[in-house]
This record gives sequence, structure tokens and C-alpha cells, in this order.
Amino acid sequence: MSIFLQALINGLNQGAIYALIALGYTMVYGILRMINFAHGDFIMVGAYTIFYTAPIMVSYGMPAWMAVLIAVVVCAIVGVLVERIAYKPVRGSGSISALITALAMSLFLENLAMVLFGPNPKTVLKIFKLPMITILGAKIQMKYLLTLGIGIAIMILMNVFVHATRIGKAMRAVPQDKEAATIVGIDVDRIITLTFAIGCALAAVAALMYVSTYPRCTTDMGSMMGIKAFIAAVLGGIGIIPGAMLGGIIVGLIEIFVKIYLAPGWYEAITYGILIVVLLIKPSGILGKNTGVKV
Amino acid sequence: MLEVKDLVVNYGAVEALKGISFTIEKGEIVTLIGANGAGKTTTMHTISGLVRAKSGSITYNGEDLLKIRPSKLIEKGIAHVPEGRHVFPEMTVDENLDMGAYSCKDKKAVEAIRDDVFEKFPRLRERRRQLAGTLSGGEQQMLAVGRALMGQPSIILMDEPSMGLSPILVEEVFSIIEEIHKAGITVMLNEQNARMALAIADRAYVLETGKITISGKASDLMQDERIRKAYLGQ
Repeated sequence: MSIFLQALINGLNQGAIYALIALGYTMVYGILRMINFAHGDFIMVGAYTIFYTAPIMVSYGMPAWMAVLIAVVVCAIVGVLVERIAYKPVRGSGSISALITALAMSLFLENLAMVLFGPNPKTVLKIFKLPMITILGAKIQMKYLLTLGIGIAIMILMNVFVHATRIGKAMRAVPQDKEAATIVGIDVDRIITLTFAIGCALAAVAALMYVSTYPRCTTDMGSMMGIKAFIAAVLGGIGIIPGAMLGGIIVGLIEIFVKIYLAPGWYEAITYGILIVVLLIKPSGILGKNTGVKV
Repeated sequence: MLEVKDLVVNYGAVEALKGISFTIEKGEIVTLIGANGAGKTTTMHTISGLVRAKSGSITYNGEDLLKIRPSKLIEKGIAHVPEGRHVFPEMTVDENLDMGAYSCKDKKAVEAIRDDVFEKFPRLRERRRQLAGTLSGGEQQMLAVGRALMGQPSIILMDEPSMGLSPILVEEVFSIIEEIHKAGITVMLNEQNARMALAIADRAYVLETGKITISGKASDLMQDERIRKAYLGQ
């Protein structure tokens, strides 16, 4: 029982991180119908920013997690730059061009990080000083519960944002009909840029949660995370905000439970296997509407 | 109010508009009639900035429209009801109207205009929580007009509002256009239904393969032998 509870909490923690990254994928896909394969690398950008700025925060007597505020700004700026410089020029020249550009951006960011930060992994200082509590014999890290709480809070916030605010509604209107959006006065380019900024800012929050669980930065950390989050987004139904959360949590739970109860080496195979099964039964994902659009 | 001069628009190698000129004065209903592919929609899209002009000019109250960002036109008072309605299908009627008032940040003002729109279209009030994609064609047309009115325009561009509607709904749409006009809004109307268009318009232009061939008072054009033959089926 205690192992089960511990696995559950760890899985939810892992899942919340994936969910936040998946949210960024889903938002960009929702508005541009484009898979931003460089999205995972924003975790890396965020993690390195936290690595460099957390000690500065601490030296000024502030808590280390405040570094996430800087990471949010840095990620949003890098995200907007990537969109403006790399993606905007190929918009309208087909999904294959966009896909290849995104893959190129991913490689570019990873190699740029290699040049800037060097090839050796960096160890991030301790982000949260939270106690471990014991429930029903299970040792549970409070910071895991915090991660889960932040993940759920952000998902609810984003859902409210796109349904209740003027800008949020415009973000939903643009992919439905770009022409009509322009006619009513929505600056489509600005909305797309804003979507990238928000998606990348969420990646910075995910980076904080990641380094608080695994305090290590590597230049290629984003690509694996990116793939997992991509799976999460597709599993839950890409383009749908609650789908990203659900998909993230499912992928996180599968990973941890397979690691603990089945075989540690098999968790990725099983995650991919479940993705294939879900896509065979329901190609639009668990919460997706069947519109015949394939990712 | 609106002046189009020597407007040329190309789609690749195809010349869609071959240098057309026309004017719309404040308070008028001006209709552009012509067959499919004559260039009516292209003309409207160029005014709205959705299509780029190759040469020529479009001025609105003395301002060069070709230099203004398309998303700023509604703030200048130009609303567009596009051909095929183009409502946001996955949004509710209310949200569609919200988008119509996107450039207005004053929430109270938006609610006041919304009440006006519902006054005009009681059907929309009944369906305000329904997704626009589930409305009938006629209701979607009402919504597209309502959305345009939410921007409080001084001129409204209507592209084929009667297309695909039953004769009764066509009558309704035209009476709405007259109502809008009576409320002081200038109307530019693209129509294939020349009979209906000429009946409500002050002036008309006939567009044929990218050129204006006939123009004049709508009542005169109604008597014109060429128009009677080609567009009124008499």
C-alpha cells in the first residue's frame, strides 16, 4: 500500500511536469495546426536560466524558486524570437516546411546551448526546502504535491483565460477562421506571437518543477521531455487544454508504475504502446473530437 | 466616403480586377452586381485588406486604406460581412458577437450594442449559448451581420448576403439591410440577385470580368435594356 501511494504521488509529479509542457504544444498546435518540435528545448532554456539565476536570488536573500520569474521572461522572449525569425517566414508554405523548421530550431537551440554552457551537466541548487511527510507508511515529498497543485492550477487558469477573456477568445477564434478574425479586428500575427510567449512561459514553469525533482541541466534534456510531452498532448487530444493535462498525468503514471511494478527498462515501450493503441481506437485522442485530422 | 480608383488586383498571372473605379457616398446603398467570378468579392477583400492591390488606390474619408493594417479597419468604421458568412463555428453566438466588438474594450458599451443587436435579431438572443456551427444558414447570416454591427461601423460591406438562402430568408435579409441603412449606416452590397439589389440600392455598378461596364442610379439601371437581358432575365 505504501509503495502504491508513493508511486502514485511520484507519477502525478512526473505527470504534472509533462502536462505543463504538453500544454505549450497543445496551445501552439491549437492556433497554428503546427507541431513545434523545438518546444521541449524551452525546458532546457528555462532550466539553464534557473541554474544561473537561482544562486543570485539566494544571494539577495530571496527564495531560490523566484528564479522561475526570470526563466519565464527569458523563455517567452526566446519563444517569440524563434517564432518571428524562424516560423513566421515559412507560415503558409505547408506543414512539412513548418515541421522541418521546428526540428532545425530544436537542433539549433541544443547546439547553441552546448556552445554557451559547455557540454558538462550542471547541478542546480535545491529549489524547494519542503519536508517529507509520511502518510499511511508512504514517504511523500511535499514538493511533489506542490508540483501537482501548480500544474492543475495553471491548467484551470489557462482554461478560464481562453474562455472568459477577450484575448483568450481571440486565441480560439484565430484557428477557426483567420479571415474572419482579421475582419473583426484581431491582429492575427500578434495573437500567434502571444500564444508562443505563453506556451514557452509555461515551459519555464515546467523547467522549475523538473529541476526541483531532478536537479540537473543538460543541453539535450529538452528533446526527450519534448517527445514525452508530445505523446501526452496527442494522447489526451491535441489542441485541447484539459487533454494536455490528462495526457500528461497518464504518461507520468504509466512511467512510474511500470518502473516500480513491472520492469524499469520497459516504461518507454509501454508508453508508446499505449499511445499506438489509443490512436488506433480513437485517432483524435482521448478527449478529442473525431474530425479526421491526423497529427 | 469611400473612393476606389484604378484598382488592379492580380492572383498570380490572372488579372482579377483590371483597373476599376467607383465611389460610395455617406448614407448610400451602393451595389456591385455581376456574375460569379466577375471580381465582386475580390473588390471587397481588397478594401478589407485581405487581398493586396497591385496598383490603384482606395481612400476612405481621405485616408489611404492600402497603408492601414487590415485588423485596424473596424476601428476606422469599416465592417465586413463576408461571403459564406464565416462565423466562428466552435464559438457560441455570444462569443461570436464578443469578437465583433473585439476592438472595443469598454465592457458596458459592448453589452449595450449587444442588446441592440438582439433587438434586431431576436433569434440570436434565443440561441446565444449555442455554437455558431450548429445554427441554420439563415441564422448564421444574421449572426454574421450582428457580429459586424457589434463593431459600430459607419459603413458595412456585405458580400452576397442572400447566397444559399431560401426566398423567404432572402426577403428577410434585404429588409434587414434596409433597416441597417435607415439607422444611418452606409452599405456596400455585392449581389448576384440583381433584382433584389437594384430594388433597395441608390446606385449600382455592373462588374464583368474585372471591369466596370455599366454604372448609374439603380432605378435607371433597372430599365436598362442590357441589364434587363443579362441580369434580370427579361
